[in-house]
Amino acid sequence: MTATIFAAAETSTEAAHQATGWFLDNIWILPLMPALSFFAILFLGKKMRCRGSDPGLLTTGLALAFSIAAGIQWLGSVGEGGTLPVVGEWKWYSAAGFDLSVGTLVDGLTIAMIFVVSLVSFLVHVYSTDYVKGDRRYTHYFAFLSLFTASMLLLVISNSTIQMIVAWELVGVCSFSLISHWWEDKSNSGAGLKAMLTNRVGDIGLLIGVAILFFAAGGTFSVLEINSLALSGGISHLVLLVAACALLAAVASKSGQFPLYTWLPDAMAGPTPVSALIHAATMVVAGVFLVARLYGVFFEGFAIAGSSINLLALIGAATTIFGATLAFAQTDIKRVLAYSTISQLGYMVMALGVGAWTAAIFHLFTHAFFKACLFLGSGSVSHAAGGTFDMRKMGGLKQHMPHTYKTFLIASLALAGVAPLAGFWSKDEILAGTGGWGIFGGTGGNGAYTLMIVMGLITTALTAAYMTRCVYMTFHGDYRGEGHPHESGKRIVVPLWVLAGLATVAGLVNLPKGFQLVPKSWTERFGHFIEPHGVTYFPKIEHATPSWTLGIFSIIVAGAGISLTVLYIKRKQQIAERTSQSKLASVGYNILVNKYYLDHLYSGIITKTVRGPLAAGVNRFDKTVIDGVVNAAGKTSVAAGNIIYNQIDQKIVDGLVNATAIQTEEAGEELRKIQTGKVQHYGSIMFASAIVFTLLIIIFI
Amino acid sequence: MNQFLDDFGLSIMVFVPLITGLIIMLIPRAKEELIKQLALGSSLATLGWAILLTVRFDIDNASTLQFVVDTDWITAIGSRYIMGIDGLALPLILLTTLIVPLCIIYSFNHWPEPANPKSFLTLILILETGMLGTFVAQDLILFFVFFEVVLLPMYFMIGVWGGQNRRYASLKFFLYTLFGSALMLISFLALYFLADGTAAGLDVVNTFDMRALSDGATGAIARTSQLWIFAGMFLGFGVKVPIFPFHTWLPDAHTEAPTVGSVILAAVLLKLGTYGFVRIAIPILPEAASAWAPVIGVLAVIGIIYGALGCLAQKDLKRLIAFSSVAHMGFVMLGIATLTNIGITAAVFGMVAHGLITGMLFFLAGSIKERYHTLDMSKLGGLLTDAPRMGWVVAFCAMASLGLPGLAGFWGEFPVILASYSPAAILSESMFRTFMVIAAVGTVLAAGYLLWMLQKAAFGTAGGGSVDLTPGATPHNGDGDDHLPKANTAIKDTTKREWIAWAPLLVLILGLGVYPRLVHEVVEPATEKSLEINVGNIKYDCLELSPSSATDCFNEIRNRNG
Repeated sequence: MTATIFAAAETSTEAAHQATGWFLDNIWILPLMPALSFFAILFLGKKMRCRGSDPGLLTTGLALAFSIAAGIQWLGSVGEGGTLPVVGEWKWYSAAGFDLSVGTLVDGLTIAMIFVVSLVSFLVHVYSTDYVKGDRRYTHYFAFLSLFTASMLLLVISNSTIQMIVAWELVGVCSFSLISHWWEDKSNSGAGLKAMLTNRVGDIGLLIGVAILFFAAGGTFSVLEINSLALSGGISHLVLLVAACALLAAVASKSGQFPLYTWLPDAMAGPTPVSALIHAATMVVAGVFLVARLYGVFFEGFAIAGSSINLLALIGAATTIFGATLAFAQTDIKRVLAYSTISQLGYMVMALGVGAWTAAIFHLFTHAFFKACLFLGSGSVSHAAGGTFDMRKMGGLKQHMPHTYKTFLIASLALAGVAPLAGFWSKDEILAGTGGWGIFGGTGGNGAYTLMIVMGLITTALTAAYMTRCVYMTFHGDYRGEGHPHESGKRIVVPLWVLAGLATVAGLVNLPKGFQLVPKSWTERFGHFIEPHGVTYFPKIEHATPSWTLGIFSIIVAGAGISLTVLYIKRKQQIAERTSQSKLASVGYNILVNKYYLDHLYSGIITKTVRGPLAAGVNRFDKTVIDGVVNAAGKTSVAAGNIIYNQIDQKIVDGLVNATAIQTEEAGEELRKIQTGKVQHYGSIMFASAIVFTLLIIIFI
Repeated sequence: MNQFLDDFGLSIMVFVPLITGLIIMLIPRAKEELIKQLALGSSLATLGWAILLTVRFDIDNASTLQFVVDTDWITAIGSRYIMGIDGLALPLILLTTLIVPLCIIYSFNHWPEPANPKSFLTLILILETGMLGTFVAQDLILFFVFFEVVLLPMYFMIGVWGGQNRRYASLKFFLYTLFGSALMLISFLALYFLADGTAAGLDVVNTFDMRALSDGATGAIARTSQLWIFAGMFLGFGVKVPIFPFHTWLPDAHTEAPTVGSVILAAVLLKLGTYGFVRIAIPILPEAASAWAPVIGVLAVIGIIYGALGCLAQKDLKRLIAFSSVAHMGFVMLGIATLTNIGITAAVFGMVAHGLITGMLFFLAGSIKERYHTLDMSKLGGLLTDAPRMGWVVAFCAMASLGLPGLAGFWGEFPVILASYSPAAILSESMFRTFMVIAAVGTVLAAGYLLWMLQKAAFGTAGGGSVDLTPGATPHNGDGDDHLPKANTAIKDTTKREWIAWAPLLVLILGLGVYPRLVHEVVEPATEKSLEINVGNIKYDCLELSPSSATDCFNEIRNRNG
């Protein structure tokens, strides 16, 4: 593997060139702005006329402008022979064997991430000023949105693994407090707890993985050094494999991968804009980002190149199917979207697993837009339908809220992979990137991941189907809820249209390699600017050239998913009768309703056992056995002491008796009185102990 | 002035509280105002003095003892009055001198029953002298005396101002630690008789001088004897820490102690034990330390898991916090057991962080009890509604306690996990890596008990109930405020007195979390030195060798001396 990297490096004649620019050098300002806003809102928010929303709006708006400016400078810096990242580093603390520094790292990945984070965050801020208007914790809500934005930006500009841990945990805490936003209801705080605890389980892997890489790379947390060393063969394959597996646990918890995704649907207990920002567009992709950032480690650790299966790809592929199937059994619109998010995150992880790095980030990019649009749309719908998210109480909203309907439909089609919307391009690039060509006849890719392309295509059909069901139940048919539905206000509709617009066109930024309908210079723009090349910290990746067959086939699959669902809905009565007669179908339905019994395993069995019998058992053990020994020792000593002292010295016995008598007196007496008593007591105990020790010395020597 | 500081600075810092305490004893109880002002004034003066010493402290030479005094004391047994501080002691001294005035402020006009400010304050001041003395002593007997001085005031504090079961708890605390420290004394005596002071450049053979003992005077002691001597200290310090399975005095003592007692106990007293390990046990007997390290490591990780599971079973808030100390001190001990610079520095950081965070949590438990008259978590709830500010402080401290990066607790935890991956070469790598994984699992359990605590105490409504909002739907805005719980107006939010007592701790929890360097920079050089094995100006690196070559290395030292 190493040989090919070096060979690749030699073939590029032009040397990689150093990106520069004020915004790139001073990227640290980016997370600082929302961080300041957090403190401003926290301490002054309640006194402001806006009750705390304006600092958030202002700083995320500035952050968006900053990100765009940085993006422009970056685009201008990218050279043909590759681009070296902009690194800023400040010594935080350094000592023998333990170097801590904070720093920034700007490369294409960073640029893509800061744009997504600041854009969605800004839109969510705008949306929220309407959506949570009048909430009893309005100020607190905006404070945590700011803190989240700051932490997330800090995460994506990190140049060291330890800084990533810090930001990683901070976003987790923001997620916790925003999920539990309405903590008066225990189920909400329970959902927050579940999210945090599941993530802590994954964090075991993060802490261990970072520790392993720290020592393997010779005592550094630097992302670039770790990656370069991993790719140049400086770290043994076994160590990389173990570290990658450990980190995968963290990825699975944060990015809702199998088997740790169970917290994400419950996290929908939080306010809907939070679900859009944190649990769809940004925080949940932190795991994907982690893999992308430490790709050298994963690429080598899982030996991605030239393989046909590995754990990362398998977990991702399994997750897409699990998520997509579960989305069918939901009646809550947000839960449908949550499972859909899980499924799409699975796509991204699978893409990273098969070596389609650019495709993964591209999908992260497009998914952020259409999924945020869908979530915000569901919030708009719920406003209209009297606060419910239950699709059984919706229906027919198409007429009442045309803007919401149109944007929701666009985003759904984008998600379903209908050409030429954004999701189609990014998803197909993932399918192409698997390299599992078979009958499709494309070329390239890093391996031959046939299983992954099959699972990916199955998910395409499922996605199209469940989104059709969702749109139909929500917007078509007759209105089944109470009250009078109405379109939402401007501050809700405008962000929806912005996102729907992006969901339409974002796919065009990365037209596939070898796409005959446009000039070559129009293809793979995203990959060109975002994927690091000509650098030592990133593996040389083979890009696949997709075939028309694959593209058309996947459109057919998506179309089939949509049409079959429509057909099913139209003839629901008959099919329902037939399925209810089929044992197999009802078994399947039960499994889906019970979410593959994973929740049962975690909450019902593991957590219950630890909190219940195990903890109680330890406590009983502590009280009876360990403390029992102590008490028995104490009692035995007293008994032994009584026998011995009775015969040795009557006076000391007197002292003990006095002391005991005084101790029984009411406390709070005159100090003098107590003191003299206790001093005697003290003295006698000292003496008693001295005897015991003398005995011990005699025994030991 | 500088000369004066160098010569008398430490003695003044240590004894001012004691002298004030004695003066207070002479003042009639009726003059309560005077007593209070005097006590507060002296504790603040001590803090100021400690800060003055810190300013004068030469940070570039943090590994060297500074402000050293060395005069005759008990010549009959060769014990000398030696004091001095280096980077290991400095943070703990500042912690102590900070906690004491905060405790006094917290109890101001607010004395625990039976109200008796005079004796209460006297005890706190005596306690302070004991704690500070332990951190500055450089002579084993002097150390022992201060170590024991601490016992008596704490015993009274629990025994007089404690809860229902105070007599049992105070006696248990007293006897248990006394038992440990007696074994420790035996070890000190053995060192006195077996060590050879001349090897470290002294002109006497038998010595209690900690500087000489950690500078080669113990090199010639037979391995078996070293192991026994270390065992004695292990028990002495281990009970104080407390290391599993010697921890059972702790939950009882904490549950019964008055708020301030719990705070001091958690913030400072437990650190006397861990400080003993890094100051005395390891530098003086490195060979025995390396032999005992696996045992310490095993007990430490058991403590981490066991303490966390114990927490999960608790119904009483204070008892839960007490058990969490067992888990946290497990992390500290694991860091120490790695015998690495990273590990021990993290351990010292962990001591400070635990002091701040758990001290804060006990303050909060006290304030919650005052307001709700119970600490039974099934009856608590709704703190965030009734007293939002205090609820936020609880949430903040819970986050700090579970090791959230950016807050102080993290820097006592993660580097320990890091160090366990790569312990000193003399130790078994695979064993410590197992410890690392178990310790990491402990962080999940820690999140579990702290978050459940938070959910029960701060969220929901009193009595553990919760409001059933529109079933099947998530409330989406404030329209439904009507059926949300109303705040219990009888519950007061954080008072000014509480803010004054807590603000410094909260600021430090955040400050040290963001900028751990403040502590690291001072501690690290001193840690490095404490792990060095110097014999007569020759440096040995026995701890950095594989087990078999390390044995040769230690034998070489022995033969050299012998």
